[in-house]
Amino acid sequence: MADLYEVTDLRLSLADMTRKPLFGAAPRLEILKGMSFTIPQGAVMGIVGGSGSGKSTLGRALVRLLEPSGGSVRFDGVDITHLDEAALRPLRRRFQMIFQDPMSSLNPRHRVGTLIAEPLKLHGFDDVSGRVARALDHVGLPAGFAARYPHELSGGQRQRVGIARAIALEPAFILADEIVSGLDVSSQAQVLNLLEGLVRELGLTLAFISHDLSVIRRLCSRVMVLHHGVIVEDRTTADLFDSPQAAYTRELLDAIPLPDPDQVWA
Amino acid sequence: MSYLEIDRLSVRLKGGGPLLRRVSLQVAAGEVRGLVGESGAGKSMIGKAVLGILPRSTEITAGRIVLDGVDLLTLPPAERRRRIGASCALIPQDPLTALNPSRRIGPQITDRLVDILGWPRAKAEARAQELLAEVHIPDPERVMRSYPHELSGGMRQRILIASAFAAEPKLIVADEPTTALDVTVQKQILKLIKEMQERHGTALLFVTHDLGVVSKVCQSLSVLYAGLVVEDCAVRDFFRAPGHAYSAALLAATPKYTDAEASLTPVPEAVIAAVRAEVADADRRAQHG
Amino acid sequence: MLDGRGSVKRRAGARLWLSAGWLSLLVLAAVLAPWIAPKDPLAQDLFLGRLPPFWVAGAEPGYYLGTDSLGRDVLSRILYGARLALIVALVAGSVTCLLGAGLGLMAGYLRGWVDVLISRFIDIWMAFPPVLFSILLIAVIGPGLGSIILAIVIIDWTRFARVVRAEAMAQGAMDYVASARVAGRGRLGIMLREILPNVLPTIVVLLTLEMGIAVIVEAILSFVNLSISTDDPTWGGMIAEGRAAVHQAWWVLVFPLITLFLTVLSFSQLGEGLKDRFDPVLR
Repeated sequence: MADLYEVTDLRLSLADMTRKPLFGAAPRLEILKGMSFTIPQGAVMGIVGGSGSGKSTLGRALVRLLEPSGGSVRFDGVDITHLDEAALRPLRRRFQMIFQDPMSSLNPRHRVGTLIAEPLKLHGFDDVSGRVARALDHVGLPAGFAARYPHELSGGQRQRVGIARAIALEPAFILADEIVSGLDVSSQAQVLNLLEGLVRELGLTLAFISHDLSVIRRLCSRVMVLHHGVIVEDRTTADLFDSPQAAYTRELLDAIPLPDPDQVWA
Repeated sequence: MSYLEIDRLSVRLKGGGPLLRRVSLQVAAGEVRGLVGESGAGKSMIGKAVLGILPRSTEITAGRIVLDGVDLLTLPPAERRRRIGASCALIPQDPLTALNPSRRIGPQITDRLVDILGWPRAKAEARAQELLAEVHIPDPERVMRSYPHELSGGMRQRILIASAFAAEPKLIVADEPTTALDVTVQKQILKLIKEMQERHGTALLFVTHDLGVVSKVCQSLSVLYAGLVVEDCAVRDFFRAPGHAYSAALLAATPKYTDAEASLTPVPEAVIAAVRAEVADADRRAQHG
Repeated sequence: MLDGRGSVKRRAGARLWLSAGWLSLLVLAAVLAPWIAPKDPLAQDLFLGRLPPFWVAGAEPGYYLGTDSLGRDVLSRILYGARLALIVALVAGSVTCLLGAGLGLMAGYLRGWVDVLISRFIDIWMAFPPVLFSILLIAVIGPGLGSIILAIVIIDWTRFARVVRAEAMAQGAMDYVASARVAGRGRLGIMLREILPNVLPTIVVLLTLEMGIAVIVEAILSFVNLSISTDDPTWGGMIAEGRAAVHQAWWVLVFPLITLFLTVLSFSQLGEGLKDRFDPVLR
């Protein structure tokens, strides 16, 4: 199967504004230090790491919210590394993102229906209201929710709106950035099951960023472990959990508190 | 006799619905009790009620909070604050917002000792440095002189833990202390909390939504749903065989990385309906006395 | 949700209606002044000088709030003075808002060289002592309605710009903005559709506050006789005159002062009340 994403020696550095001198540019902080990997079509790729590992930055680079400083990112054969906004716009509907914080990822002043419809109108889709209704249906929310404001919904419901908004554009790829981290264990299970179903049903390719290896195991076919801006391990899920190779991966696994008082957790 | 006894505590929103429904639990001296439940279940509320820091939009409508033999709710406010200040402490959730960003670390630890307990400044500072060493912070002197934003999240949480133990409290309320931390840092912090708790013999009310964490730190737990305690048992018993359907459902919904085939089952509708019925029952009984 | 929103809503309701009520009254007074004013505000009659308000002994019927030293009816003058006050409030307030909020929004969301340029401009502008600046301006251009409005805009637009810039920056960092970018929306579209609605409550409060300030500034300027040059009554001018005769005729000072106070208070409370109305979260 073709690779949807081909990433070669990806580098990204941001200006460190805390160290900016009075005159002149701020020193650059290297966040992604040369990553190479592929995401095959139809794969569910887990991206795991602690804070500071660069996983969120990597995600944003993949959907071009950030521009890489070096290396290349190819999406479905197209080099999107340094495309400008005008060139990116038509491509954007093919790679979408779902955000972590259900509170800040939905504009509090727009109703749910508007939030989902906006991107559709932007890309010239027809039958916008029909698509909105279908998207809500896909994520298991009643059509009436289109009239509600985000603050009238629970965290899990808001995340589902975020998913609806992403799938409404019929993208090939979705990046999910820690989308269940702020949710109850029950809402988390609902959202993950929903996502799994949608991946199958809609033939999506998914990149799932998380710090929680337990969730990753459940959902992903491949896993990439990041540590300080570098990929330390990139294998199939089964291989990674059966025989973790990198010391950091083992450290991550050992740190997880299982709901089992007999777990050896020294 | 237990150090803390909460007896049928009921709290509600002023002019609104109930938040805690006749909650009863006990914490023996030196015991670690977990308060688990989903968000909105009221587990944080209990901790806040004990510490006297409930939001102003809420009020206590019934029940007793007995700390070391004295019902706090019968005391005049100043006396209650004094008692709580002398014997209780809080380890809060967010190390970033719990520390004053415009003050150095040192004063933030010693303030309580100097202002509330009346210690001389030199003694308080020596104690603060001792504590920072106890929580394994390298170079305590430098840290005392630093500002919060100059330190990492893990280090800030250690400082908060040190602060909590500073005045040798008998009871500490830990409100989701590791939720905001990386999993590797969480492990270090949990072990530290356990270590400090054992060394100082402090009772701990540990609020968390993470059942994995409960199994590592707590000896007993109370499970809450919508302000009602639906289960109260020892940790070993709970994980071997949870008594209540809701508890079992929570366990089933918790992902375990060791289990490749585990399916993540959200809490089934039937279970939710059943526990909601329990809550309604409790409300009915409360109304009729 | 666990907060005091219920009580905030109740307070906001009363606040909004009272302030809107007073301001509506004022607008009516200003518009209908020629018809409802009992006397000609400019008519002088030295025989009727310093008459007290109607409830005090020695009052003359028809001069409800009394007269000033030159025999002019206080009530009528207050009604006519409302015209100037309101024009200044509306025009100066709106222009300051458009300029300041517009620049602040661009600086806060677009960042980069736009922000650098606008921020440095604000910094330099604020380095000039504002009151001196406006007095200088009026001295050069000459007194008049236009000068007052210009003076207020010149002094206060930076306040808007700074605050709106900070808000725009904060909103710009939110995930819903990133979400709009991922959807393919352009920067201008994001600024107007995503950021502006979320910054609007702040702008509304600042605008109404600014209107109140405009009224006061005009009053101060007319107090020191730097305002409009005709004999048309102004609240500030009345206060200045009243101050001289405060022991003999307290009403000449007190009534315009109360009116001024209530007007400025109403503007600020209106802003607070409207802000709450605009916020779907609180609705």
